[in-house]
Amino acid sequence: MFEEDAKPALPRGVKLQFDSARDHWVLLGPERILKPDPVALEILKRIDGTKSIDQIVEDLTQTFNADRGQILKDVRAFLEGLSDKRMIDIK
Amino acid sequence: MTVGSTDIPAPMGLLAELTHRCPLKCPYCSNPVELERRSVEMSTDDWKKVFSQAQALGVLQLHLSGGEPSARGDLEEIIAHCSTLNLYTNLITAGVGIPKERWQALADAGLDHVQLSVQAPTAEANDFVAGFDGAFRAKIESAGHVTSLGLPLTINAVIHRHNINTIEDTIELAASCGARRLEVAHVQYYGWGLKNRQSLIPTREAVLDCMAKIEAARERLSGSLVIDAVVPDYYARFPKPCMGGWGARSLNVTPSGKVLPCHAAETIAGLTFESVTEKPLAEIWYESESFNKFRGTTWMPEPCRSCDRREIDWGGCRCQAFAFTGRADATDPVCEKSTFRNRLSEIAEADAAAEEAFEYRSF
Ligand code: SF4
Ligand code: SF4
Repeated sequence: MFEEDAKPALPRGVKLQFDSARDHWVLLGPERILKPDPVALEILKRIDGTKSIDQIVEDLTQTFNADRGQILKDVRAFLEGLSDKRMIDIK
Repeated sequence: MTVGSTDIPAPMGLLAELTHRCPLKCPYCSNPVELERRSVEMSTDDWKKVFSQAQALGVLQLHLSGGEPSARGDLEEIIAHCSTLNLYTNLITAGVGIPKERWQALADAGLDHVQLSVQAPTAEANDFVAGFDGAFRAKIESAGHVTSLGLPLTINAVIHRHNINTIEDTIELAASCGARRLEVAHVQYYGWGLKNRQSLIPTREAVLDCMAKIEAARERLSGSLVIDAVVPDYYARFPKPCMGGWGARSLNVTPSGKVLPCHAAETIAGLTFESVTEKPLAEIWYESESFNKFRGTTWMPEPCRSCDRREIDWGGCRCQAFAFTGRADATDPVCEKSTFRNRLSEIAEADAAAEEAFEYRSF
């Protein structure tokens, strides 16, 4: 379980990019092309290596006027999934 | 979709065989038995044009392969070009003959990922399979340079009779090299692999044992090493969806510029392939006879035509079907519904019991 003050970052070789031929965002990694769902995309757009999980959750809570506990759960689950694929660094 | 006027999807990936030159001599090499010579290789500008066209066509990831792609002195320049196009670059290399400075230059050019082949987990076994003394040491040094530059590393291991029993050591090696990913592939039996099937194919027991060891390692190394592995064709019930379907997701360009739906497509007699030096990539992808020949499901005979897996495996591999049955539109002989399946099992068993020495890949 990641601490709330930990800072996620996309490692080298993992890129969030707009795919203009298909008109949606993609997360590119080693032998992987993932199409993030709307929630995942909002999380990914806020990952820059300087923001902590706490700050990302706070931002999402305010932007979407949603329940903080639920958002924290979503963010953690998403980060754990990426971490299992070795597609995120969390420091 | 902005390109193409049909319901044919745009390709996601492109495998570029930049050259067929390679210092190693793996007996299962996926290059054609008739290798393309240096004199017919495309120029730097030709390749740049191919990648610009690929990007416009919708390609997201490039697999820079060979042969040994670093045998081309313009690899850095090609990668830098791709990186300005926002194409994801994956370098598929044997890791031999690439000093630290060159790795630095490749990283600076914007390389995204390195996939390094390891033939076996010890120097002796590795160099025997590769037919090259000192290859193992060079690979380990390359792995060190790659990870210290912060580039993500995948170790690729092609499995056969001579290394299947040391799979656990291969997994350990990948983990200790700092790889994020290990890709376990099996020899495919066409081209060089077919020549050497009697000396490479493992027994069913060895394959099952290997799969079990991989499964155990996956759990143990979860979160540190991702292991992608497939069951080898010959011991599966159904074929794999080769290339995600013919002309469905990716394409392959040879050193001279021929565009193929899969790297082995030239083994199918009677198909002709067009070249990017003569036609735009998009036209070849959408309109060429070779790409349209086995696209979708309408070309399928029975039992595929009415099978509920037809859009899962797309009838399997056309090259294997041709190699085994003499017909490129036949059901993949691996499939349990194929009338050739029993014959294939018999051959696999007989070859797995044979004691032949292999023949190295050679120019
Ligand atoms: S399979 Fe071996 S011989 Fe063939 S290109 Fe790769 S490293 Fe070279
Ligand atoms: S019959 Fe054809 S479509 Fe069905 S499983 Fe076999 S190869 Fe796949």
